[in-house]
Amino acid sequence: MLDLLSLSLAEGGVPHLHDVTIRFEKGRLATLLGRTGAGKTTLMRSIAGLVEPRQGRIALDGRDWTGVPPWHRPVAMVTQQFLNYPHLTALDNVAFPLVRRKVPRPEARAAAREMLGRVGLAAMVDRRPGQLSGGQQQRVAIARALIKKAPVLLLDEPFVNLDYKLREGLREELVDLLRAERETIVIYASTDPREALQMGEHVILMAEGRMVQSGPPRQVYDHPVTIRAAQVGNDPPINLIAAELAQGRLRLRDLADLPAEVLGLPLPEGRYTLGLRAHSVAQGGTIPARVALTEVSGSETVTHLQAAGQALVMLERTVTNHAIGATLNLALDLAEALVFDAEGKLIARRPADG
Amino acid sequence: MTTLYLALKYLAVLLWSAFVVFPFLWIISTSFKTATAVTAGASWIPWLEFEPSLAGWQSLFGEPGGVNILRPFADSTIVTLSGSAIALALGTLAAYGLSRFTFRAGPLRNSDITFFFISQRIMPPIVLAIPFFLMLRFLGLLDTLPGLILIYVALLMPIAVWVMVDFFNSIPRGLDEMAWMDGCTPLTTFQRVILPNALPGLVVAGMFCLIFGWNDFFFAFTMTFTQVQLLPVTIVALNSSVTPWWSLSAAAIVSVAPLAVLAFVVERFLSRGGLAGAVR
Repeated sequence: MLDLLSLSLAEGGVPHLHDVTIRFEKGRLATLLGRTGAGKTTLMRSIAGLVEPRQGRIALDGRDWTGVPPWHRPVAMVTQQFLNYPHLTALDNVAFPLVRRKVPRPEARAAAREMLGRVGLAAMVDRRPGQLSGGQQQRVAIARALIKKAPVLLLDEPFVNLDYKLREGLREELVDLLRAERETIVIYASTDPREALQMGEHVILMAEGRMVQSGPPRQVYDHPVTIRAAQVGNDPPINLIAAELAQGRLRLRDLADLPAEVLGLPLPEGRYTLGLRAHSVAQGGTIPARVALTEVSGSETVTHLQAAGQALVMLERTVTNHAIGATLNLALDLAEALVFDAEGKLIARRPADG
Repeated sequence: MTTLYLALKYLAVLLWSAFVVFPFLWIISTSFKTATAVTAGASWIPWLEFEPSLAGWQSLFGEPGGVNILRPFADSTIVTLSGSAIALALGTLAAYGLSRFTFRAGPLRNSDITFFFISQRIMPPIVLAIPFFLMLRFLGLLDTLPGLILIYVALLMPIAVWVMVDFFNSIPRGLDEMAWMDGCTPLTTFQRVILPNALPGLVVAGMFCLIFGWNDFFFAFTMTFTQVQLLPVTIVALNSSVTPWWSLSAAAIVSVAPLAVLAFVVERFLSRGGLAGAVR
């Protein structure tokens, strides 16, 4: 296993990582989920030894990596940029790490040829990276990372610069390839909650250089420990509504004034923040809201609305084009509500646990 | 419309070619003339317009009143090639360091060091002549080939550094880091990954070094007396009270020939895709 122990790192006086402690296990695909700038790349770069942490340790199976240069760390990494050696053919690119390790060239080439076949590039072995498309270049980079059989494999948003269709396809292929590597610690960074939650067997939420939450995807999705975790773990963004529970009434800002029983949670009177996922907002209610923006992606529609000074996001599982500026009447479904206290911690959720 | 455009385009290209090629045609024809033919006005076609003569060429190869150009040619070749090679090797290493590592000396940073190198070429050469002269005298290397090579290394290295820093900066750092993760130490990274991708830059820097080194007159003149003479100095030495245009032209052809061949070879190398796959 790979241990990060209270890792902290600052570059040029700007803090990038704060006291991060994570344990990565073999054969369990871990996804780092966080927005751009959350510290995912920095975390990976410090594992690879490309940046030196200011504090804390990294250890593989108990062996401390402090002071070990990148060329002595058993780490493979695929980055967002399609990085390959421009002067070498695809075959020699993939053979390169083996040749560096004194594997005889014919043997290294044979292994590289086989690996390129596995990523579907058998016909492209003699091309240079400049003669390949973006997706093919990234396949070469993946093959070059896999051929090392390094105990630690870092994948830093490998498909983010590819178009949607290609991304979906490559992601599935990658998951298949990784299934064969049960002895490897695989860490995959992503900004996309769906991707991270679908792929990962262990999801780590990151924000502002801190680890916000970690656990199995289901748990991370169902129980975001804080408002921040709920924000990072939801796309489309989660709706956060100030709520007040008093005298048997639940007041949701100026949007609604409901009997407290609607929430169905035994909570003391006070102020809370209600987290409602976008699919809990629907048309056909009594809250008037003005359409600010509509995005259709695939067969879903995400609509951003304004209702009495409250921004709301609605997800519909259909393709609908709401005119900007139109008024819709919304209903809020509290059946999956998350309730956060004044400090932003999750204190209750529906359906209630148990 | 397109025909007119094409015609104009070709006309422009032809005019420019004539402008560039004319001086070469002129020195070639002049090199086969005699004093009378040179002063008789413009003439081009040998035997018909003027009587061709080899006098200009003969005076380059030990004829009385002329020079022997072979020794200076060889010396110039040795000095330029060695000076350029050393400057390129040192300059490339320095440039990689300046591009990839951070140096700080008080308020001075990498870019200041790079500028320091370039500033050597901004100074008028005369400023350097006296210190160079004194240094070579101290080393006992005045009027010798090693002394000249030393001077040319100092003169050409700034060019190599300048070109190569820029080139290395255009190669993404991610490539270095990737090589490290593939098991390369910084030295093998430079050798196996960065250098092969910097080949176009090396070719350009090498060309510049060779051109500047080969054509330098000032230092070749001030650092030598009797033992060593480089080609540009020899050509000037051909001059006398009557300007021998014919032998000067022949010498100019001899002097420009190696660079012309070099340019041709490099051009072939570039167009054959010798740089295919290099970082753009």
